[in-house]
Amino acid sequence: MLEARELACWRGDRAIFAGLSFSLEAGGALLLLGANGAGKSSLLRLLAGLIPAAEGQLLWQSEDALADRVAHAGRLRYLSHQDALKPSLTARENLSFYARLWGGDVAAALGSVGLADLAELPARMLSSGQKRRLALARLALAPAPLWLLDEPTVGLDAASVTRLGGLLAAHRAAGGAVIAATHLPLPLPGARELTL
Amino acid sequence: MRGFGAVLGREIRLALRHPADSLAAVLFFVLVCALFPFGIGPSPEILSRIAPGALLAAALLAALLPLDRLFGAEAEDGSLDQLLLSGLPPAALAAAKALGHWVVTGLPLLAATPVAAAMLNLPVEAWGAAMLALGLATGVLSLFGTAGAALTLGARRGGVLLPLLVLPLSIPAVIFGAAAIEAAAAGLTPRPYLLLLAALLALAAPLAPLAAGAALRGD
Repeated sequence: MLEARELACWRGDRAIFAGLSFSLEAGGALLLLGANGAGKSSLLRLLAGLIPAAEGQLLWQSEDALADRVAHAGRLRYLSHQDALKPSLTARENLSFYARLWGGDVAAALGSVGLADLAELPARMLSSGQKRRLALARLALAPAPLWLLDEPTVGLDAASVTRLGGLLAAHRAAGGAVIAATHLPLPLPGARELTL
Repeated sequence: MRGFGAVLGREIRLALRHPADSLAAVLFFVLVCALFPFGIGPSPEILSRIAPGALLAAALLAALLPLDRLFGAEAEDGSLDQLLLSGLPPAALAAAKALGHWVVTGLPLLAATPVAAAMLNLPVEAWGAAMLALGLATGVLSLFGTAGAALTLGARRGGVLLPLLVLPLSIPAVIFGAAAIEAAAAGLTPRPYLLLLAALLALAAPLAPLAAGAALRGD
């Protein structure tokens, strides 16, 4: 359902990557591997429509995905390496904002990442691993066919990685696709690998 | 529309958690107005003569204070990416941010206007016109300021660049706003000036968010 054709990304006058092609079907998973600075995060931002592609095409269901970037944003969830949390809002309030945009059950999403007991705590009081889990809870709010994850397991304990594995498996079983950049082993059985 | 309300509600909730930011703008406004009697001397005639312009200039400068954090704070913690991917068109996002800025900065300034007006010896009859003029003028500044904040996002010294970009655009708002207050102080109707100010706001309301949205998307 997602197909990249000869994608290229430039920063200044230097090519980060070029001639990148891959395709991803429903339920599929793609792991982006590569050294620091290889362009994994840039590729994810490009796939999200946050930065323009210098060359190449991105197709969604055989149509130009980035022609309507608002519609493209509607079919994806993007987890950047930043957690995008407001420190003064509680865990529940941070998530409620996205629930108003996308729909979904805040309490269930918090429960799915094991943060139900900390719902009323301001995000600034959470540890870095708990903040990461709160960012991951956005994925559990409402379904979207494409997940773009940038180092999703950084700072997570073993139990949280297992819970993330459950979220990923449920997402793929429902026909969703995952593209994840990582240096750590991810619970994504059968994922194809793309080394930048 | 649901997304617009969500972003606006989030702005207000964040401002309520950090009331010091709005309070700082209000205190800045009152203090700048308090400087004039010290600098010019307490002569009531001269003070009430300069009051309209001083009120406008002080309010616009105060409303500028939180503008460089409008998108800067969101970009730093990664929220801006999420907002841009929220499914809300970038222009609607910018419009919600502009309205949010006016609610959390412009409205508190209106509440402080009588205090500032009293210090500048503005006749009581003109206070109502002053609040209307300041309300419209800060609205114009919120809109142009949002566009400026989006354009200077990520620029080095963006905080200095922003006033240089926005204040010249605010000159018509100062002219018509001050004229409205002057007219009311002289016992005339401020209506034509307020209508011109409202026309300026009506012009900026669609254009500034479009410009800000284009800047945020990076095209």
